[in-house]
Amino acid sequence: MTRSLNRTHSPAPSRATRWIILGAVGLLFALPLVSMVEFTLRGGLEGGYTIDRWVTVFTGQLGPEFRQLWLAIGNSLLLAAVTVAIMLVLLVPTMILVQLSFPRLRHGLEFICLLPITIPAIVLVVGLAPVYSVVSRMFGSGVWTLAFAYGVLVLPYAYRAIQANLDSIDVKTLSEAARSLGAGWGTVLFRVLIPNLRRGILAASFIAVAVVLGEFTVASLLNRVNLQTALLIVNKADPYIAVIFALLSLLFAFVLLVVIGRVGSVSRKVRS
Amino acid sequence: MRYLGLAPFGAYVLLFLALPTLLAVGTGFVDGDGALTASNIEALLDPVILTVFWNSIWLSALTAVTGAVLGALVCYALLETRPDGVLRSIVDSASGVLAQFGGVMLAFAFVSLIGIQGLLRVILQNNFGIDIYADGVWLYEVPGLVLPYIYFQVPLMIIVFLPALEALKPQWAEASATLGGTRATYWWRIGIPVLMPSFIGSLLLLFANAFSSYATAAALTSQGQGIVPLQIRAALTSETVLGRENLAGALALGMIVVMTLVMVLYSRLQRRASRWQQR
Repeated sequence: MTRSLNRTHSPAPSRATRWIILGAVGLLFALPLVSMVEFTLRGGLEGGYTIDRWVTVFTGQLGPEFRQLWLAIGNSLLLAAVTVAIMLVLLVPTMILVQLSFPRLRHGLEFICLLPITIPAIVLVVGLAPVYSVVSRMFGSGVWTLAFAYGVLVLPYAYRAIQANLDSIDVKTLSEAARSLGAGWGTVLFRVLIPNLRRGILAASFIAVAVVLGEFTVASLLNRVNLQTALLIVNKADPYIAVIFALLSLLFAFVLLVVIGRVGSVSRKVRS
Repeated sequence: MRYLGLAPFGAYVLLFLALPTLLAVGTGFVDGDGALTASNIEALLDPVILTVFWNSIWLSALTAVTGAVLGALVCYALLETRPDGVLRSIVDSASGVLAQFGGVMLAFAFVSLIGIQGLLRVILQNNFGIDIYADGVWLYEVPGLVLPYIYFQVPLMIIVFLPALEALKPQWAEASATLGGTRATYWWRIGIPVLMPSFIGSLLLLFANAFSSYATAAALTSQGQGIVPLQIRAALTSETVLGRENLAGALALGMIVVMTLVMVLYSRLQRRASRWQQR
């Protein structure tokens, strides 16, 4: 009875409508990606198609002029690692501390963490330039120092992922239980709370990696080399290779997010 | 003493979020020698700068509205699909990538699609006799940003609007059906009014997203100065724009003012929208 009522009066679209909409939008969104693939397969002046460039990339036969690109990929991976480290060392303990001891500060922390959405990266760069002239005097001008700025850029995403996890466990009861059994604060943090927060932390780390690998604005205007700025430079020398690497990094980020989705849906199941 | 644990994060946020923001906005009020001046702020009223702000605003508004409508349509099509199914998994991840990962990649994509030698451009030209560049090449000007921007706006809309659509209670549909309402009555009298605050809120978020976006435009036009972020680039890389130093600071201030207005409106609407989303 309920079933038939749902069927005829359900607000959801009919099967046909659903697939027409998804098909049309999907097709429009596939076009630029298809044209990118087509572009990388184009033969030179004589026309036709060739997979030579993909072969060159995958067999590691890229000439020395692309050394810059490998360096840039290394830089981006290093930046991703340092950004995740900054997040783990600075943000996670602070969020746990606020949840446990300063519940009144929660809204303040949320406001601060979501603030980077309101302040465009391009605005931040204007003020970061003088800050970085001091930073490079203290830490040298290594590319990893850029991770300080990236830590700020990923704050909103990291905060949301971790806070969702914090809300789903009872931090207070867990830590009081551990304390009453004689555990020190270190044990509470590393053996009780962090294991319970691993899904949120994992999701936050993945999204941080995706954001860092796609970051262009800050690196480009502070004259540092990362994956995106190097792609633009390579594009001037050999646009085909640049597009191949853009497609590969896109694919990498997609797989990363599918993994996040899996992690998220597992945690949803556990909760229900 | 108890507050000492908050110090590391506090110091970090102060140094890399608060200080840069204050510096960015503050430099707008001083000249090259550090003396207070209003000339940078006056420069915001320069017709060139006003045009640039206007470009940014109409570009953001146009792509936000288009993106919001298309994105909402996709969300509607996804209604009552299994949240942990394969379809949703693919749509969620693809939206995440395309919304986050734009920038340089998007510029490449649209050059390969509708550049001078682009796939679609050549097909339209050779097979249908349509020359999309009959009035000149617009891909590298401000109008050329419309399509790439829509390309990252739709995925963002899906990410932010889908939760609101899923929070619609099935009981409302049942109640409407019991009282003899059709699907059209349900959407017209219940669904759309309930979703309106979320929809406008998402629209504002999309506007903010486009307004602050820099990478796509920078990658597409290496010399262009048509929108505010590009104007900031020009002001940062050469000190002589309009003969004024620290113009970048004034432009940054202008951007912050627009963004703050949008985000204040957004949080108000969000509060209204959350009334219907309590479980």
